[in-house]
Amino acid sequence: MSERELPIIQINSLNKSYKLGGEVVKALDNASMTVHKGDFVAIIGPSGSGKSTLMNMLGCLDIPDSGQYYLDGAETNTLSENQLAEIRNEKIGFIFQGFNLLPKLSAQENVELPLIYRGLNNTNRKVRALEALQMVGLEDRIHHTPLQLSGGQQQRVAIARALAGNPPLLLADEPTGALDTKTGKEVMHLIKNLNEQGHTIVLITHDLSIAEQAKRVIRIQDGRLREEGRGGVG
Amino acid sequence: MKITQGIKMAFNSILSNKLRSFLTMLGIIIGVSAVISLVALGQGSAKQVTEQVQSLGSNLLTVFITGRGTESTVDYDYVMSLQNLEGVKAVSPVVSGNVTAKYSGVSTDVSVEGTNDAYEDVRDFHVQEGRFLLPIDIEYRHQVALLGVTTAQELFGNSSPVGEEIYLNGISFKVVGLLEEKGSTASGSSDEIILIPLSTAERLLRSSGIRNIYIQAESQEQINLAMMQLENELTNKFRGDEDSYRVFNQQDLIESMASVSGTMTMMLTGIAAISLLVGGIGIMNIMLVSVTERTKEIGIRKALGAKKRDILIQFLIESTVVSGMGGLIGICIGIGVALTLSKFMSMDVVLSMGVSLAAFAFSAFVGIFFGIFPANKAASLKPIDALRSE
Repeated sequence: MSERELPIIQINSLNKSYKLGGEVVKALDNASMTVHKGDFVAIIGPSGSGKSTLMNMLGCLDIPDSGQYYLDGAETNTLSENQLAEIRNEKIGFIFQGFNLLPKLSAQENVELPLIYRGLNNTNRKVRALEALQMVGLEDRIHHTPLQLSGGQQQRVAIARALAGNPPLLLADEPTGALDTKTGKEVMHLIKNLNEQGHTIVLITHDLSIAEQAKRVIRIQDGRLREEGRGGVG
Repeated sequence: MKITQGIKMAFNSILSNKLRSFLTMLGIIIGVSAVISLVALGQGSAKQVTEQVQSLGSNLLTVFITGRGTESTVDYDYVMSLQNLEGVKAVSPVVSGNVTAKYSGVSTDVSVEGTNDAYEDVRDFHVQEGRFLLPIDIEYRHQVALLGVTTAQELFGNSSPVGEEIYLNGISFKVVGLLEEKGSTASGSSDEIILIPLSTAERLLRSSGIRNIYIQAESQEQINLAMMQLENELTNKFRGDEDSYRVFNQQDLIESMASVSGTMTMMLTGIAAISLLVGGIGIMNIMLVSVTERTKEIGIRKALGAKKRDILIQFLIESTVVSGMGGLIGICIGIGVALTLSKFMSMDVVLSMGVSLAAFAFSAFVGIFFGIFPANKAASLKPIDALRSE
């Protein structure tokens, strides 16, 4: 049945090029892919392969030169800056390599951020932020600021922030890149758990051992995508 | 995003950088407190001047006789005939000079004014003890005197002078009254004075004839009428020579004083407004620095769904809150300064609600105006560029 539903992500022949020192670099070259609900896709590629560009496209942070991108059934190419902000807010949960928490806000306030921009009232936000922090096991650290938390805890706050708005897609960019091996494993475990609970996850990495934990692995090289087949069993 | 949320975020951001926020506010604080205290002082001095002029007497006209040829003064009977002119209520001629007053070894130089009983109402100058001059005093050249409070203090200390004998240039006078306190005017203290009957004064000061006349008009409306009548009469008296007398209208004096202090207030306000402007530029400067510093934060917020408008409002509220708080603090300091000045330097101040409100509104406006450019800069950042910055 799930194959009949609209895919969460469908990109058709995306192209994006940058000018770098007078030379045109093709960061995305006719890239196409589909991600269905409940999928756990790893996109793997070395640095300079175009995976950050792909991540920005998927995250609606940047717009392609050509090609279509349907996110959760909606075409994004024609949207204005404000509409893209709404899409990011409602449909995407970002998990960044550098966590990107606001250092002056507490864990709970950080998690509330996307809900603020969704226009939720105070009580609603608190409830949902607490729920999300509970899911990542940080319910006893809600008033700590990022500086008072370890790297693993910070990334879990960031994951809670991504979850708080209950978006159809979680987009993780090197989520373990800034963590040591042990906490990296814990975070990957958390991400896999989330996938098992039904969250659709796209994970971008250069690390094969991380990528292999996904259900699908897509390799990116010079802006071109190539399906690697199923990864390790989730 | 709701406005209350934006205000909360602005306060958090302001509190997380207290010193910088305070220094930014300082420009506004100084500007607003300068506006408040300077306007309070300006209006206070305007009020003081007006009161001083009014304290000379109500509906007062002052006549100075300079004369023509040998006829340099007018006599008492002529002066009293002016009372019959239309619009004139009372006439009080004055002969003045300086004498040495002496009481049991203490002596002081003091100005003495010889006048009549009408002086009390014309100049609005009453006794607090004893009695004023009576017509009979003038008629019979009684050697009686009324003392101003300062003079009484110099001669008698704190005891009552009424009923005592003092000597003016060696001639004995009986003190029949103590005048009330009048305060000082631009032309000196009204309390260092001795009043004696006009007829006695002419003899004491060895002068005959009157050069100085105070005239009270029937009412405010009749001042101009009385003034015209007086001028006609005096022109007749001096056979068409309009240079032999001067008639001063108290109302003119008040108006010209008011316009002087009005101009002064305007200038002070202008200077204060310039300092507010400088404070506003300070806010813009700091907000621009803040936008650069917080590029990453802006990127994160945008990635999480903040729209252009949300970022714009966040930074606008921040600059407005900084300047608004500066305005409030400035109002408090300004009022404090004004009250301190009025207390320790005995300056009159007038605190007006309107000026405070205007200063606050202007400071908030400065925050919005000078916040627009930095806020717009922040809001226009592209999310990927902003996220990439460190």
